[in-house]
Amino acid sequence: MSALGLLYYWVFAALLMIGFYAVVAKQNLIKKLIGLSLFQAAVFLLYITMGKVIGGTAPIFQEGVEGLVFSNPLPQVLILTAIVVGISTTALGLGIVVRIKEEYGTIEEDEIQESDHL
Amino acid sequence: MIIVFGIFLITMLVITAIATVRSENLFVAVMLLGIFSLLIAANFFILDAADVALTEAAVGAGISTVLFLGALALTNENERSRQGMRWLSVAVVAVAMLVLIYATFDKPAFGDPNAPVQQHVAPWYLEQTPELIDIPNVVTAVLGSYRGYDTLGEVFVVLTAGIGVMFLLSAGPTVGGPTLKRMPKNAGIGLRHHPIPRVVGRLLVPFILLFGLYVQFHGEYGPGGGFQAGAIIAAGFILYALVEGESRTLKALPQSALTGLMVGGALLYGAVGLTGILLGSSFLDYSVLASDPVTGQQIGILLIEAGVGMAVTGVLLSIFHAFAAREMI
Repeated sequence: MSALGLLYYWVFAALLMIGFYAVVAKQNLIKKLIGLSLFQAAVFLLYITMGKVIGGTAPIFQEGVEGLVFSNPLPQVLILTAIVVGISTTALGLGIVVRIKEEYGTIEEDEIQESDHL
Repeated sequence: MIIVFGIFLITMLVITAIATVRSENLFVAVMLLGIFSLLIAANFFILDAADVALTEAAVGAGISTVLFLGALALTNENERSRQGMRWLSVAVVAVAMLVLIYATFDKPAFGDPNAPVQQHVAPWYLEQTPELIDIPNVVTAVLGSYRGYDTLGEVFVVLTAGIGVMFLLSAGPTVGGPTLKRMPKNAGIGLRHHPIPRVVGRLLVPFILLFGLYVQFHGEYGPGGGFQAGAIIAAGFILYALVEGESRTLKALPQSALTGLMVGGALLYGAVGLTGILLGSSFLDYSVLASDPVTGQQIGILLIEAGVGMAVTGVLLSIFHAFAAREMI
């Protein structure tokens, strides 16, 4: 049970590192942003996992039903807003990538650095 | 049973994430990222976060995919296969992974009701909400009222990002570079020559918008609220733009209206906060908005959720149009 109890955290660590790998190892700027999205999603998963209570349900009261156990609403609120903020900042990143492509003619990081040093 | 399903879902998540990063065709990677979002939304749902699942499904699987595709259309579809520091990156990532896994051994077990995170303010929110605010959805109560400051900040971050994208993409390249070509008037006719997506798309759009409004105004009673509704309504208009073309969508909902929505939504939220001060209480205290404090809270949450919905719809659609209006140089 203890291994199973930590499984979600390990999946979080795996997803976080897959996203991190894309950010540090890939040269393509769009691929880096995809990696950043994966990284972000891993953090969302960690928060939601921590708010879960065994045997709980979504924190919405139902009329005539007593004695329900609710999962923690606070991490859900934080992540709910973070998702929308995340897409806005990703869009900003994509906008910058599009402008880089127009100015440099490429979105590969090493090629951009080469043309900067010329 | 639910445990088996959960393990299946997280296994799929990891596989999809690896495939996303490995794929050298960026179009494939973006599609896989959409699938990843849908899978993680299902995960959120079985972890009791219905509101978050709804948001992730609308934003991650819908709008994010469209924005990435819009950026791909303006750049390159293929990643140049890379050489160089690969093993150094693998080593750094592996070490970080081991540190993270070592750290998880101190974490409370999954779903432990006595974990520190469950002992802080959450029980207070769950106990006091029926008395102080009296709406069934505690997530909406925390989002709109208890944590109103946070949400106001997030709305302004979203607004700022939207303004940033519009600044970046409405400007032309620097002097001496190639001149910016705007989309010609008859371009972007969408899928008008494909009858099946067109008919299905046109049939779906009104229902998506109706569902968006339902999610907006039912947010106090079930999963939903301004963030989800804004994303769903924006997705409906994006679908319309995909099947009918940009120009028709901009005729239905012009850019000036979108700018009005995004600024107006943020200002509505701020104005509700200031009304609290004017009526002799503190910023974002809704209790004074009506003679009965509970009704005041409900009115306040309804108003700020409307502001959030307007701002999110306006920002997401403005970002979409900013990408769609630009042509590859």
